[in-house]
Amino acid sequence: MASVLRFRKLCFLEPAKCSSYDEKIKKTDKKQLFETHKIDGKNYESANVSLLEEKPNKQHQRRPPKEWKCIDSCCWTIGLLCTLWWLLLFVYHCLPANLPGLQPPEPPGARLKRSGVTALHPVVMVPGIVTGGLELWEGRPCSDGLFRQRLWGGSFTEIFKRPMCWLEHLSLDNETGLDPPGIRVRAVPGLVAADYFAPGYFVWAILIENLARIGYEGKNMYMAAYDWRLSFQNTETRDQTLSRLKSKIELMYATNGYKKVVVVPHSMGVLYFLHFMKWVEAPPPMGGGGGPGWCAKHIKSIMNIGPAFLGVPKAVGNILSAESKDVAFIRAMAPGLLDSEILGLQTLEHVMRVSRTWDSIISLVPKGGETIWGNLDWSPEDHACDSATHRQFDMKGNDTDGRRGFQVHESTKYGRIVSFGKPASEVHSSEFPSLRSQKKGSLHNATPPVASCGKVWTEYDDLSRETISKVFENKAYTAGTLLDLLRTIAPKMMRRAEAHFSHGIADDLDDPKYNDYKYWSNPLETKLPEAPDMEIYCLYGVGIPTERSYVYKESPPGRCKSIPLQIDSSADGNKNGCLKGGVYFVDGDESVPVLSAGFMCAKGWRGKTRFNPSGIATYVREYKHKAPANLLEGRGLESGAHVDIMGNVALIEDILRVVAGASSVELGGDKIYSDIMKMSEKINVRL
Amino acid sequence: MSVLRRRRIQEEDESTRIVDYDLDKKLKSEKEMMMMSKWSCMDSCCWLIGCVCVMCWSFLFLYNMIPSSFSDYMSEVIRGRLPDPPGLKLKKEGLRAKHPVVFVPGIVTGGLELWEGHQCADKLFRKRLWGGTFGKLYKSPLCWMEHMSLDNETGLDPIGIRVRPVTGLVAADYFALGYFVWAVLIANLAQIGYEEKTMYMASYDWRLSFQNTEVRDQTLSRIKSNIELMVSTNGGNKAVIVPHSMGVVYFLHFMKWVETPAPMGGGGGPNWCARHIKAVMNIAGPLLGVPKAISGLFSEEAKDVAVVRAIAPGVLDKDLFRIQTLQHIMKMTRTWDSTMSMIPKGGDTIWGDLDWSPEEGYVPNTRKQINAFDVIDDHNKYQNTKSKTNHVHYGRIISFGKDVARAHSSQIQRTDFRGAVKGNNFANNGCGDVWTEYHDLGFSGINAVTEYKAYTAGDIVDLLKYIAPKMMARGSAHFSYGIAANLDDPKYAHYKYWSNPLETKLPNATDMEIFSMYGVGIPTERAYVYRQSPYAECYIPFQIDTSASEEDGDMCLRDGVFTVDGDETVPVLSTGFMSAKGWRGKTRFNPSGIKNYVREYEHAPPSNFLEGRGTQSGAHVDIMGNFALIEDIMRVAAGATGDDLGGDHVYSDIFKWSEKIKLDL
Repeated sequence: MASVLRFRKLCFLEPAKCSSYDEKIKKTDKKQLFETHKIDGKNYESANVSLLEEKPNKQHQRRPPKEWKCIDSCCWTIGLLCTLWWLLLFVYHCLPANLPGLQPPEPPGARLKRSGVTALHPVVMVPGIVTGGLELWEGRPCSDGLFRQRLWGGSFTEIFKRPMCWLEHLSLDNETGLDPPGIRVRAVPGLVAADYFAPGYFVWAILIENLARIGYEGKNMYMAAYDWRLSFQNTETRDQTLSRLKSKIELMYATNGYKKVVVVPHSMGVLYFLHFMKWVEAPPPMGGGGGPGWCAKHIKSIMNIGPAFLGVPKAVGNILSAESKDVAFIRAMAPGLLDSEILGLQTLEHVMRVSRTWDSIISLVPKGGETIWGNLDWSPEDHACDSATHRQFDMKGNDTDGRRGFQVHESTKYGRIVSFGKPASEVHSSEFPSLRSQKKGSLHNATPPVASCGKVWTEYDDLSRETISKVFENKAYTAGTLLDLLRTIAPKMMRRAEAHFSHGIADDLDDPKYNDYKYWSNPLETKLPEAPDMEIYCLYGVGIPTERSYVYKESPPGRCKSIPLQIDSSADGNKNGCLKGGVYFVDGDESVPVLSAGFMCAKGWRGKTRFNPSGIATYVREYKHKAPANLLEGRGLESGAHVDIMGNVALIEDILRVVAGASSVELGGDKIYSDIMKMSEKINVRL
Repeated sequence: MSVLRRRRIQEEDESTRIVDYDLDKKLKSEKEMMMMSKWSCMDSCCWLIGCVCVMCWSFLFLYNMIPSSFSDYMSEVIRGRLPDPPGLKLKKEGLRAKHPVVFVPGIVTGGLELWEGHQCADKLFRKRLWGGTFGKLYKSPLCWMEHMSLDNETGLDPIGIRVRPVTGLVAADYFALGYFVWAVLIANLAQIGYEEKTMYMASYDWRLSFQNTEVRDQTLSRIKSNIELMVSTNGGNKAVIVPHSMGVVYFLHFMKWVETPAPMGGGGGPNWCARHIKAVMNIAGPLLGVPKAISGLFSEEAKDVAVVRAIAPGVLDKDLFRIQTLQHIMKMTRTWDSTMSMIPKGGDTIWGDLDWSPEEGYVPNTRKQINAFDVIDDHNKYQNTKSKTNHVHYGRIISFGKDVARAHSSQIQRTDFRGAVKGNNFANNGCGDVWTEYHDLGFSGINAVTEYKAYTAGDIVDLLKYIAPKMMARGSAHFSYGIAANLDDPKYAHYKYWSNPLETKLPNATDMEIFSMYGVGIPTERAYVYRQSPYAECYIPFQIDTSASEEDGDMCLRDGVFTVDGDETVPVLSTGFMSAKGWRGKTRFNPSGIKNYVREYEHAPPSNFLEGRGTQSGAHVDIMGNFALIEDIMRVAAGATGDDLGGDHVYSDIFKWSEKIKLDL
């Protein structure tokens, strides 16, 4: 009823509004009006009456044109837009597919097919973190109608519709790291699990399409989708994912004429598959019971794409303050969601709460401690930041030749993965005590503890102010001390996760303790399987600035801010530009630094080492990043970025050749653009 | 006075304003008139579209704004409270997931996607050609047909085309948008704790002959490996297999294949089934074939061998793509070997001869047929009150002319068609690329076929061999339709006998259980009255004589089709006989005495529109949403045995009819 009244009001107000407009016209026609007045002067009274009588009728007639103004022109515009849109769509569909200008370049699959490359070895794809879809099998009442719909991947519409419900369902149990009671979210199986992450955002689709062109199909391709939130061993405990993978590989091996499989893991999938290789040969209660020769019998080669073997510094940022640029693509998908505070001022806290229940993130914390990642004053990449920064400022990629543009004069201290305050990231470690005393004063003035904020629980709430200030006092953390930091600020999470992952370097690999599954995904604490004929490739992009270490500061006191740390985005370097927005960059593929991706293939496993007792051949193949030349190329045919590399033509060609039976010699062995060999030299790991 | 004057002034003002308005209006209307000439056509069009768009959006918005509880409430008001779905009900009872479940979809319901195609199918890579929206079918039907066809000689892929089954549960959960097949069952199983790791959809390319799915895609090996995996990862609990329609025959083939030694079989050893399978719960399985398949092969006229007609009735009946729709479809479906697996098996012994059939004397309820929405009256349904003078000869699966269908066999003059010379009067010119084997038949061949007058199940195979020799040559390498005289004959080790329950033994698995679950109470095609079609340049020479209907009481003959009790597609005889008699107890077909149960579900059409396809339906595909059936499956999956369910559950005359069949057991 109220709405009807309002509508009527609108109708009656309309003429009044419009009359002001009419007055304008009145002025221009004043003369004319005067004349009519004179003429009608005599019959004024009668005319008046008659006019008054006519008034209601007039209004009736007058209304239609008035309405045209407001609603109808709206309708008209919308109609016009729709029609235009349809017309354009129609024209677009009518365009011949091969317009000369729009001809897409020939996909590598078609080219290789002509040169006689055909399907030979079955292919197993292992997706990385975040890229695999998750669907709902059982949920709370708020998730009505979402049965077997994707919660993760796809269109993400649910985030916008019911964000709290969505977060609740994606969380795992805080204690066990498994399903919370009453909720079952499972990985989507099959190739659809990770072919596209979101509509139009390919992950594996291009590779699959090219493989299909040389004859692959469902029976000789397998997407080893797993629930990427769980710790690796838990995927087996809950879903028997490792057993499935084993059975699938055995099946494909048997049904494809006893041809060994080629495994193509991506990102975290690399670690997952490393875990699998140990698991499958370990005896039953803990492992898969495949026996010591299993890998040698079933696997031809492993082609690691963008491997995060030694962890990713980004993961640290994510755990500390949920601020990493894109461990998840969440920001890419919905940039406003995290930065502005839509979910009631606590977006980051919510994200942190959810992501801290995901054990798998701990698998990406840098491994190998100071030996690999550098200590307070030394790091293997000391001089590596020039190229990276150069490209950062010139993302068009026009001058890839200028890689050695200019050198940095003073070395950046990358070893300090987290430092508090810009000075702490720069000065020599011997000067720390002085910094410490300075800081003490400021801490004293710190605000009183914030009121705890309802149900958002991050472990920061349990920390006393003293602990936090102690954390600040320590100034800088290396990869080794970082773990202590994490244990301090998130004791429960680390207790849960450290039963599944380890981050050290083994002294003696024959120590029986290394039979535990928590060491299996750390390449520095496991031996590769006994499989001399196997080949391991490290394929990754270079030439993009990649997060390597962070400058942190205390968060400004907010009413409800419970994350006491945040990246000091005001900390910018001077001309050399290694430091930008509180982050030090090195060369890499935007997510994984070269060191993590390449070290194992370049040194740790090269030749017969204690990590690689059977001498499995390893190859490093780098792909220099070249940004897409124009819009039509989409995400680029020569991209080196962590995920976009899956559409890199050279990479796809390499994979196609290997699955069709080519040996590493035919590919050309190593292909290196970065300083990975030099960096590896500097690292002193006993081999 | 002053007040009056003020009023006057006001009035004056008003009047001037009104005059102003008037003038303005005149001016403006003139302007508008000028504008209107431009506005009229384009703009009002735009306006209309805009209006419609806005209306749609606002309705959509409103619809989305309505809380779901409201729509629930509304539907509850309209149809009354629905019973809990079986999943919820059994969860309350405390049932939990125990045995892994394997689904084996039937013909047509599984999705097929493109992996490699010709130019015209560009951009369809990994898109569904079959299932889903069928968008491609409407856009370029000939291209679609080309890709859906198989090779005429080999029955495998044509060169340059690879169409493969969709894998995973999505393969057959919904056939088309909103048309569920397995989805309801999956959703209910999920409620008691099932998920991807304990459910497996054994999708296969349903166009191929069964053994060819292994040759081309290694589908049987995959099923074997998956069942083994599920059994071992679920604590050794054996699998419950739920095949539907043709999947039942497919799984029969699988059970023989898996225990056969390696080159031809899967090499699982003689106890594989006993070790891995708890129960086989056949839903509407055409174990002895479907009469519909014959009309499908003969004249492409079956009411719905495919659900195609249900989905797109216009496409088949009217002549959408020029005048050759049926011929095109025939050309396509005749390359599908699997359709031949459904030709009635067991010959005259099972399906009846010229004068006898097991179902004779069956009187369907007339009311039920006329008004399908009436409640079925169980009492007078199967009452065989009046002794009939002329009963229906169901044994004559095809008869030419209504009179032939009625007459006693002694009155029919038949000349044998076998060996009749085929004429060559047809010039194969005007028909373009449409090729059905009828071109080679010629007039004399057609006449020979017609002269034989009536065909029983035994004659049908010969008839098909006569009219489509190439197709049947391909098909009879993969399927057989007889009854074994001696099952120990070494020839029965060949795979072509594996899908015929009358020519194979069940595996040696004493603990296994077999359920035959199917709907009853819907008239189902059983025999046909044919006639020669009027001559045209490229034509299918036979068609169902739709004018042949029975006017008197029993209504068995309608539009040239004799119907019996069944689930709309498969007659009760075919679904029930093996469990009711052929496999019951220790027989030569079931040497280890696997327990068999017949469970029938009386068809009750949905009481109103809101129920969709009904929760008590007995129709061939809709039965997958039948709550009673779902409950039975869930109980077995959670560990119950056939006796726990209550053993047999029969509405039809299947036991009586089985008695009449004289089969050596």
